[in-house]
Amino acid sequence: MKFNNIKLYAVAILVSITAFNCSNDDDNNDGPTGPNFAGTYVQEDQMGRPAVNTVFVSGGQKDAFNTTVPSEQGAMFQSMFQTNLEGLSPAYANPGDTNALGLDSATFTGLLATDVLNVSLDGATTFYDGTNVLTGRALADDVITVELLLIFGGEDFSENPGLSNDNVDANDKAFLSSFPYLASPW
Amino acid sequence: MKKTKFLIATAILGIATFVAIAADHIDAPAVSGGTSDITDFYAFQGENSSNIAFVANVQGLLSPDATGSASFDENTLIEFNIDTDGDNVEDLVIQATARDGKMYVFGPTTPTTTGLNSTILANSTNQLAVDITPYGQSAIVESSGGIQAFAGPRDDPFFMDFNRYGEIIGGTATSFNNPGADTFAGFNVMSVVVEVPKSMIGGTGTINTWVESKRKQ
Repeated sequence: MKFNNIKLYAVAILVSITAFNCSNDDDNNDGPTGPNFAGTYVQEDQMGRPAVNTVFVSGGQKDAFNTTVPSEQGAMFQSMFQTNLEGLSPAYANPGDTNALGLDSATFTGLLATDVLNVSLDGATTFYDGTNVLTGRALADDVITVELLLIFGGEDFSENPGLSNDNVDANDKAFLSSFPYLASPW
Repeated sequence: MKKTKFLIATAILGIATFVAIAADHIDAPAVSGGTSDITDFYAFQGENSSNIAFVANVQGLLSPDATGSASFDENTLIEFNIDTDGDNVEDLVIQATARDGKMYVFGPTTPTTTGLNSTILANSTNQLAVDITPYGQSAIVESSGGIQAFAGPRDDPFFMDFNRYGEIIGGTATSFNNPGADTFAGFNVMSVVVEVPKSMIGGTGTINTWVESKRKQ
């Protein structure tokens, strides 16, 4: 009788341990062997166009820019972009001064402050290829020279020639014509 | 001796910090150099002109020696956002997150909520998992329902004379060199490439896209 009680207790303890383990599995929504995708993921970094945060956002605002949704970035950051653009390229402060796209300081920074990449679904996708402007970003696009030209190059890309091209025009490894397009690592 | 080493280490760290902030590499203090630091974003028409390829690169300036041990952070979600109606709010997302050697890709699909907080849309009709390509092996590609995906180390496709730009901004130079020197030559990144049919992301017209990294709370 006493021995049976001990056995019963042992079984009860075993059952309770097992039951506890089972219930502990409940927060794994894909079963004990599948990957767990539960939870909330909170934004840390974001990017649309190349180098925008680096060039146009002031030091103390960079994290705030990364955690502001694009639909609110223009209202929050356009005036800071304009101040920083005119600091980099003072000609923009002159009334009527524009870049080669015909955009003055306020209009150009209004475009840039909403940091999204526009992508055409109907043809050429390039940051700028001499004809198409802001229809995507291809791997080989020399985006830095395009941005330097738009910042320093004036109305016809002829101003400040020493500042409007970094003279690095291509990647150090050839891209692939097929998926996944990026070159193998060094 | 110790002091010299420390000074050299400090100098290298200083230079690395300085050269590392172009495109979006190490752009802001909260993400700087961490596993959620986006270095670059590309979106372009695929080899098949009915498709658009999205590229997100994270963890910039990996030397070849450091690349073999680099990995995707399983607590980080990489999210491509697609606005199809011109209001700069995402109508569709493509999510990518790593688990145990595989990159899981969900979408394009409509998010349950827009903005800064996301849940993983693991019940999306569009989904696949691709083995993360180990360093030194040929690219492993998985496709399903017209969607292709790759994840793993690649050469950093960004190119720029960032050192000289820094000197110009810092006031120690007045113009670029010709030829310039590519500061990113010889470095790798961790890449996620997802190609989808245009018909899944609006079909025609112009979309607005951006990429986000989000961390599990």
